[in-house]
Amino acid sequence: MRYAKFLMLGISFGILLIKAEVVSWFRIQEMFLFDAFHMYGVIGSAIAVGAISIQLIKKFNLKSIEGEPIVLNPKPLKKVGNLVGGICFGFGWALTGACPAPLFAITGAGYSIMILAIIGATIGTFVYGLVEKHLPS
Amino acid sequence: MDFIFSPWPWYVSGPLIGLMVPVMLYIGNKPFGVSATLRSVCSMCVPINADLYRKNDWKNDIWNLVFLVGILIGGIIAGNFMNDGNPVLLGEATVERLTSMGITDFNTLLPQEIFNWDELFTLRTFIITIIGGFFVGFGARYAGGCTSGHAIMGLSLFQLASLIAVIGFFIGGLLMSYFILPTILTL
Repeated sequence: MRYAKFLMLGISFGILLIKAEVVSWFRIQEMFLFDAFHMYGVIGSAIAVGAISIQLIKKFNLKSIEGEPIVLNPKPLKKVGNLVGGICFGFGWALTGACPAPLFAITGAGYSIMILAIIGATIGTFVYGLVEKHLPS
Repeated sequence: MDFIFSPWPWYVSGPLIGLMVPVMLYIGNKPFGVSATLRSVCSMCVPINADLYRKNDWKNDIWNLVFLVGILIGGIIAGNFMNDGNPVLLGEATVERLTSMGITDFNTLLPQEIFNWDELFTLRTFIITIIGGFFVGFGARYAGGCTSGHAIMGLSLFQLASLIAVIGFFIGGLLMSYFILPTILTL
């Protein structure tokens, strides 16, 4: 039962991803071709709501449901990794038309062939784990 | 009841997606992110230890595996029962460009010419699904996050690492969509 809340949140997120059409390969091409505002609107307004929420959490010292102070750990800066990894990710995003969350939502929506992209992404994660030490960070 | 079946405009869906950030912090005290879960999948499936995934790591990360299963179920619900069956209303230049590259079926969320089990053994479907997926997984870990963790959560925290990563996402995506994808589609 302690996981039920994560399941509910995941279901909501999956529904949102489909309803926002951000799972559409066509929408991703349109975004990279700068042909419509839609994707920028979705991501931009999501960031705005996220940023305002975090400022409110900080300002009022809000606690989690368990009553603990909310932890906001910054992601480590790794200049080469952030940029080069980001470029690799961009290649994958434009090819598959999906980033990790949409991969699962679109597979659920009945496009079962996207299981191949999930397998590819898992292999990519696995291979990164093997070569991590040898890559510049 | 139209709003259940028709797509939601960006100013409805975007802010709701943004709410994932405070809700995840509130219910689990966890940062919003998805790609790190693929590490847990590796730690479950692969009998090899690396710094990134160890055999039993996933037992501490059941919450994010459950979150991922939820996303899949949400996709099943919205894809099957909250769908008006209309094509995505795309920009004209996108339709024109993709048509010139041989894409003709704009009726569903993905082009059926590519994302179709019948095309499994064509080079372009292999590259677009499996190699594309590989880049998503590899790139997300090297960059330290994906669209959720870096673009939405990371930029909400005004992190430099996330800004660099998101610039990388767009450099990669632009190069792919403008210059490389047209060649792949001819394969």
